[in-house]
Order: sequence, then C-alpha cells, then structure tokens
Amino acid sequence: MCGIAGLIHRGKSSNVGSELQGMLQALKHRGEDSTGYALYGDTDGKNFIMRFKVGENVGEGSSSVMEDASVYDERKKIVDQTLAEMGAKVVKEERTLPYSLRYEIDYDTKDLLDFSQRIESIPGVEILSMGKSLEVIKDLGNAKMVCDRYSLDKVVGTHAIGHARMATESGVDIKSAHPFWGYPFSDVSVVHNGQLTNYWNNRRVLENKGMRFMSECDSELIAVYIAEKMRHGATLEEGMKESLTGLDGVFTYFVATKDSLGMAKDTMAAKPLVLYESDDLVAMGSEEIAIRSVLPQEIDTYDPFDGEVKVWQI
Amino acid sequence: MANLKTVSKKSKAQSMGMHTEVLTGRTQQKFFNPDEAENFYYFGTYDVDFNKRTELDVKDMTAPEANKEIDNLMSQGYGTIVIKNPQGKHSLGVGILNKLNLIFEGSLGYFGMGSCDGPIVRINGRVGWSCAENLMAGKVVIEKNAGSCFGAAIRGGDLICKGSVGARTGIDMKGGTIIIGGDAGAFTGFMMQRGRIIILGDVGINLGDSMYDGTIFVGGEIGSYGSDAVDSELTQSDQDWLKRKLKVAEIGENFDVSKMKKIVAGKKLWNYDNLEPTEKKGAI
Repeated sequence: MCGIAGLIHRGKSSNVGSELQGMLQALKHRGEDSTGYALYGDTDGKNFIMRFKVGENVGEGSSSVMEDASVYDERKKIVDQTLAEMGAKVVKEERTLPYSLRYEIDYDTKDLLDFSQRIESIPGVEILSMGKSLEVIKDLGNAKMVCDRYSLDKVVGTHAIGHARMATESGVDIKSAHPFWGYPFSDVSVVHNGQLTNYWNNRRVLENKGMRFMSECDSELIAVYIAEKMRHGATLEEGMKESLTGLDGVFTYFVATKDSLGMAKDTMAAKPLVLYESDDLVAMGSEEIAIRSVLPQEIDTYDPFDGEVKVWQI
Repeated sequence: MANLKTVSKKSKAQSMGMHTEVLTGRTQQKFFNPDEAENFYYFGTYDVDFNKRTELDVKDMTAPEANKEIDNLMSQGYGTIVIKNPQGKHSLGVGILNKLNLIFEGSLGYFGMGSCDGPIVRINGRVGWSCAENLMAGKVVIEKNAGSCFGAAIRGGDLICKGSVGARTGIDMKGGTIIIGGDAGAFTGFMMQRGRIIILGDVGINLGDSMYDGTIFVGGEIGSYGSDAVDSELTQSDQDWLKRKLKVAEIGENFDVSKMKKIVAGKKLWNYDNLEPTEKKGAI
C-alpha cells in the first residue's frame, strides 16, 4: 500500500510545496518508508534545474550500502568536471545534504539523453530530475520530515505530484523512492500506486531499445514506458492510454509534464483514487483526506472509473 | 403473521422467516429458537428516543473518539445525532447495533458505517471505499457519490447512493438491497450470493461476475457481462417491487422501470439449489 497525491492550479500559481506536504502527510498511514515530491516551480525557464544524488540514504532491505561521506565530494568533483567538458555552466549550486545536490545549469540542448548518460556514467551518481521547471526531491521518512529536511514548504508553482511509499517490491532507499523522472525527457515525472506484473518482460524490451532503469522498483517502468512512447511521437495522453493494455497488474498513476498533469487507472480499478475538479484547481489523492488538507470545506469529489485516463493543462 | 403464541415452534420460526434446524458445526449446536427470543440481545445496545436530538462536531476528533462519543450519546438516550465536520475521516459510525437516526453533515472516508445493524443514516456528502460493509439491517442514504466496494458483503438493509459509485459494488453481498441513482463501475455484483442491486445509470465491465445468486437490475448501458451472469425476464412482480423500492428510497420515483434489464446467475459456476440446507448456511 502506498499513497499518491497531486494537484494542478489552472491559470495561477500557489504554494504547491506546502500544499503537497499537507496532502502527503495526510496519507502517511499508507506508508512512510520514503516520501517524494515532484514540484513544478515558477522559474524564468532559461536554465535547466538538475536534482541529483552522489550517494544513497539506505534503509531496510536496500541492496545499496551506506558509504563514507568522503566519496560524495570525489563524485561531485567528477560531475563538475564532466559538466565543464560538455560546456554546461553551473549558474547556481545548492547542497542540501551531503549526498543530495541541486544545480541550475546554463546548457543549450534539446537532447538530454547524451547529457544524462555522461553524468550517470559516473559511479554512484543518479539524476533525480532534469527540467526547466521540475524538481524531484525524495528521501526516507514521511512527508513532513522530507519537506523540513529540504525546505520545500515555500516552493511556489503551478502543479505537483507526490508519493508516500510503503516499500514492498524493493528496498527502502532513495533510488526506489518515487517520483521517477521520465528519463531522458525534460520535466516529466511519474508516481504510482499498485503492482505491475509484467515488469521484467517490459524492462527487457525497453532496455533493448536503449532506455535506462536505475532501480528494481516496478513503478519506474511506467516512467520509462511513457517516455519511450513520447520518444516515438506519442502525446502524453496517447502514451497513457496505451499503458492501460501494455502494462499488466493493478495501478493508479499520475504523470506530470511542464504544463500538464494526468492520471490513469487500470481496467480493474483495483487501486483507489479520489478526484476533485473545478475551473481553477484539480486535486486528487488515494484518499479523500488528502484533498481535505487543501480544501477543508464541503466539496464534490468522485472516483474515476476503471480504465480512465484524464489530462489537465495549467 | 400467525399468532405466535398458539402455533408450534417450527411454524413460529417459519412465520418469522427464521429456521429451527439444528446445525452440526463444532461450536454452535442450535441456530435459533423463538421460545428463547428474550435471551437474544445485542451487548451494548440502548433504548433511545428519536425525538431527543443532539449535534456532535468531530472536526478535532479521531475516528475512535468520535465513535465512542456516538455510543456515549446513545447511552444517554439520544435517538437523533447530527455529525458535523466529518471531513473525509475513515471508519466513522462503525459497529452501531442500535436503532438510531444518524445524520452526517459532510463526507466520509473509507469504511464508513461498517458492520452496522439497525440505524437509519443520511450522509449529506460523499463516501469513500467500502461504505456500509457488512450492513445487517437499517438504511444508509448517500446524497453524493461513493467509492469502490460500496456495500461489500452486506447481509440486509437498504443502501442507497444518489450519485455514482466505483468498482465492485455489492461484492460478496449476502442480502439486502443496494440502489444506485447514477452509474456504477466494473465488477458490480462480483460474487454476490443473495440480495438485489438496482442501478439506474450505466454499469461497467464484468457485471455480476461469478455471482452465486441474487438479482441485478440495470437501467442504462452494460459494459459487459461477467462470467455466469445472464439476462432474465423482467416480470410484472419485479416492476412492482422496483417502483416500491425506488419510491421508498426517494430516488428515481418517475423512472421507467419497465425498460430495465434483469441479470441473474446462470448457475453454471455455483448452484445453491443443489446444496443441503446446512451446506448452504456454511457457504453463506
């Protein structure tokens, strides 16, 4: 059991960091092994924002090992060197935790595949997100703990998705935590509640097509699956609709891009989702109490039906 | 009804719609004897007065605190309780084995009104998954929409949703009636064993999948039939019952019931009629 939540403000910005924190904290009973945020903040759109890690925060059942913090500095140096070699200029640098970094990068490219492959060829380095607006922040603990650790409560933006995780299919660590970046697409992120039963078959096919997997978490498949569809010209909505038959198992998932937010529910409707929709706000979560944290007044909500896909624009 | 004082034990029980046969289970030798009816009571039930009314604001209460307070109010004789600010909390109003007029001014989360026997409930909002699961008697009316597993395993009573419901409505139900004013999702009536479901709107795929028994009436379109769910003739008796039920439910009173579809079990997977009475009880 995991909990997912998301919201999109249409035609305006809001304090999405604080709002999503409230929604995810309301779902903490669904899992607090790790919590992740995908925040689409207000930016000038000139630079890429790269969130990446140079080490793991290791919890129960993880295949990773806790390393000495000194290796993080070595890896960071190699990242800096590689960026310089590619002509990417680091405009702003933040190091929230020894293993977690945020770079604003002046880099002119539309193809992030080569860029990401070079950065991630450095052992121990993983890009959590890359985009002009998207920032993925994920770590062990419940929503409030992660929000406080990374000071997310003041982030202003248009939309956000998040995930409160109870680890079942893989260990407790950051690499298995949601949201997953839709590598190598700028500003694409995914959160998922459920289990995918044809994970390995799909993974083998997608890896043969050159797609990359960083974890053994079945949910990562959704991000890669959608990304691969978009790579071949499908729209977000088309890719999501194809996933209803291409992915086997039970799932409810959200996908967000720079200017949109979408949801999909499997054909058996086995995983919960409650949705509120108005002209200026869409809020959804695994349980109504998540929505109540941002809309305490009496509102009309509903459960989307089986096999339903919906996409909203900002 | 027959005069219970002058008829035999067996006739007495049958007049009340009950049974006297001895069961052969290891823990329970006797099922019911109307001569001992006064010995049958629910622990923790109260005499309440419907005209004695109060309000309870649960905004800052947990679900167990709110449920304990409802119990406390019933013990003081309150027969009408209005719950303010439920705000989507889970498990509110569960385990009420009492006659009670309960009104929620707002929406409930998961498992609302579970395992109840007797109360009349009106929810002026929406309910989450598994509303009124295991309802044994009483009436629960939801003014807006409901989540999945609506009325799972109910054994009796009327469960009414004026809006639309999610998937697996009436899953494993063993009696009672579920009435939906809007649409219903996939697997409605999945493995239902007794009782009736009425859906005025459309219904999703796999309707009545693997149903043992019971009846489903649908007013709109059907996504697909589940395994062993088959059409049956809608009789005049069915139509009369539907009209009565919709009127009592304050829903679709003017709905043209003559065009509804009636779905029953094909009895190729399960057939209760082939079971001995004691086996049937064991199965249910």
